[in-house]
Amino acid sequence: MGKKKEKLKFGEIYRKYGIVLILIILFIASAFINSNFLKPQNLINILKQISVVTIIACGEIMLIVSGMIDLSAGLLCTTAMCLSAGVLAATGSVPLAIIVGIVVGVIVGWVNGFLITYFKLQPFIATLAMTYVLKGIVQLYTNGQSIGGVDKIRFVGQGTILAIPVPVLIMFVIVIIITILMKQTKFGTCIYAIGGSEKAAIASGINTNRVKRIIFTLSGALTGLAGVVLMGRLMAGMPSVGDGYEFDAITAVIVGGTSFLGGIGTVPGALIGSIIVGLINNILNLLHVSTQYQLIVKGVLIAGAVIIDIKTKENKKSK
Amino acid sequence: MDNKVIVELKNIRKEFPGVTALDQVNMKIREGTIHALVGENGAGKSTLMKVLSGTYQNYEGQVICNEKEIHMKSEKDAFSFGISIVAQELNYVPELTIAENLFLGREPERNKWFINKKERSKRTKELLDLMGLDYEPEIKMDMLSVAQRQMIEILKSISRNSKVIIMDEPTSALTSKESELLFNKVKELKQKGIAFVFISHRLDEIFEICDEYTVLRDGRCIQTGELKDVDTDKLISLMVGRNIDDIYPKIPDCQKEKMLKVHNLTNEPYFKDVSFEIKKGEILGFAGMMGAGRSEIARAVFGMDKKDSGEMILEGKKLDFKNANDAIKAGVAMITEDRAVYGFAGVRSIKENIKLPNGDLYTKFGFWKEKETAQNTKKICEKLRIKAPDINTLVGTLSGGNQQKVVLAKWLVRNIKVLILDEPTRGIDVGAKQEIYKLIVELAQKGMAILLISSDMPEVLSMSHRVAVIAHGKLVGTLDKKEASQDKIMKMIVEAK
Repeated sequence: MGKKKEKLKFGEIYRKYGIVLILIILFIASAFINSNFLKPQNLINILKQISVVTIIACGEIMLIVSGMIDLSAGLLCTTAMCLSAGVLAATGSVPLAIIVGIVVGVIVGWVNGFLITYFKLQPFIATLAMTYVLKGIVQLYTNGQSIGGVDKIRFVGQGTILAIPVPVLIMFVIVIIITILMKQTKFGTCIYAIGGSEKAAIASGINTNRVKRIIFTLSGALTGLAGVVLMGRLMAGMPSVGDGYEFDAITAVIVGGTSFLGGIGTVPGALIGSIIVGLINNILNLLHVSTQYQLIVKGVLIAGAVIIDIKTKENKKSK
Repeated sequence: MDNKVIVELKNIRKEFPGVTALDQVNMKIREGTIHALVGENGAGKSTLMKVLSGTYQNYEGQVICNEKEIHMKSEKDAFSFGISIVAQELNYVPELTIAENLFLGREPERNKWFINKKERSKRTKELLDLMGLDYEPEIKMDMLSVAQRQMIEILKSISRNSKVIIMDEPTSALTSKESELLFNKVKELKQKGIAFVFISHRLDEIFEICDEYTVLRDGRCIQTGELKDVDTDKLISLMVGRNIDDIYPKIPDCQKEKMLKVHNLTNEPYFKDVSFEIKKGEILGFAGMMGAGRSEIARAVFGMDKKDSGEMILEGKKLDFKNANDAIKAGVAMITEDRAVYGFAGVRSIKENIKLPNGDLYTKFGFWKEKETAQNTKKICEKLRIKAPDINTLVGTLSGGNQQKVVLAKWLVRNIKVLILDEPTRGIDVGAKQEIYKLIVELAQKGMAILLISSDMPEVLSMSHRVAVIAHGKLVGTLDKKEASQDKIMKMIVEAK
């Protein structure tokens, strides 16, 4: 019997503090393993590296908490980056480029939401289809070539304010906004309610279809913004970069304690999840472990996080 | 009755593909009254209430609210006309807190954009106090028991300032103390002019609190009037369309040989040192409050839950079930409390549901013997009088009583020695109940040992040879049919503290 109680406690503690603990342990371990790790430049680099994926994760977490998913986020990031780069190269206007990136995201996100709420497509299917459409659009637009001549965007990707890189700042601002949105507003409660029990949400008079479309549109906007930041980091619009980012974002969300079944999850959790993934990649890099092994570690990490998710739920139910 | 009519339903007709669920139904709901809507399962009560609460938008006929015809496009529309429903299948978000659930979709605001969490917590606490409930506003719904969740649902519609509150089987999961609390509250709100539509299979409750009644049968309005003009027998005969002398059949004497012996079964903290035995053909009733550990004991016997210690002997053989499959193989079957979750797959047909746990009987070299399965399914459907177009009907589309029969049918095709029934008649109408009682008796007559768990005291008392009283995880005593009474059982439960 004693065992049962301990397990339950472990589950609850993990839900609340587990990922923070894991982050701290990883952090200390990394500091011991490699002396370069603690250098400020290295730490800032980690944050810089995770900035794009974390911004996408902020959209993805709203979708996953409400019981949906977006598989097209990675390609949407690419599309927004390339179209935005094209506009910047042609017009030289940074604000216009940023707006184009975000608007591309809004449109694609809204279409995803429309397919899902109007035609009742499964989010998995609708966004999978969208991925191929976007792949085609990117190829058509770029001919497979990188788009250069975007030096003006340098500040967004490479600049700093008070020694903090701009992408990292953008990431934190987005994290804070989405945290408040999910925890403090009606809209946020709707997101949790839909993921927890859509029927209950409908019975409470919530227009769930409308909420779903807004979530997708908002998530699209964030992904579009991520595309612009990515362009700044790469100093080009690269049609080959961005594919797969959706899975990195989903990994961050899941490792961060969000339940894939919906209804449970926090934005700070997703941020920490993202940092954990970034940190592991970083330390493996510092140790000159090849990328192949890094992929294996990532896979194990996802499976581990979901196993814990399922176990903690089991404990709750058997109570 | 000359109270003002708030809502009137006129000639309502609702069709589903192939079925006319409602036809020419009329109903008047008056201010400050409680209107009982009664009828067997499948009579159309829930359908009618779904029309009234805006869930179904396509129907013929008129809904008249305050002398104006209205047409609701959604549940939200219904709220705005002051109509809300406490559905039988509770609609709550398990991951959210009580406060979040209560105010879902109408959160108190702060600066237009933000939720005023303090205010929400405060108002939740006030509402809870109003009902005399001592829960924390910020605990999650899935930490509450079924009964507690039900109270929160009822609280939700009360807090909407509704003029008409529909309650579909609100007490099916409540203890008598909680029911009483609810009824007191309902009577209080009635004084304030709120109208209630009350759907319940417990006729004693209906006579306790309702003023008017409407009887539905096969989607038609059979009779409507004031409850003081009718009695229970009359109401039942209106519902089923035939006279019922006694809904409980006579139970035959049991055999002498022991079938199942359970010794010192323990699974802390749910129950400890529980011992009992059941003879062949005996029905042993488990009485007690919800949460006393009755279902947990049954689940441990069935191998669904792990046990800490204790032993079980079936026909002289010592047994140790590691899981439900072991139990089924040994001849022990259980019909769980939550039939929608454990009992059947709603999106599969009757045939598929019945063949699923009986793969060993119905397969050859791993392939289904389709012909035999179909024939046997048909036979058992006829035997249990399952009302369905055919054996390929999806179980989810059947009425509660018929669903329960399908669950029973799953086990009856096998050679079962011990049958555990956990709340087998919850949410089932009188007619179907009666048929299920008859089935239980038939099974006992064949020599099956039956463990009957029920919160319905008259049911436990009338349907068991002996009644075991469970309180606080202990078996506090066993009463013979002759000596058992509601008072004695309650006394044993209270004294168990």
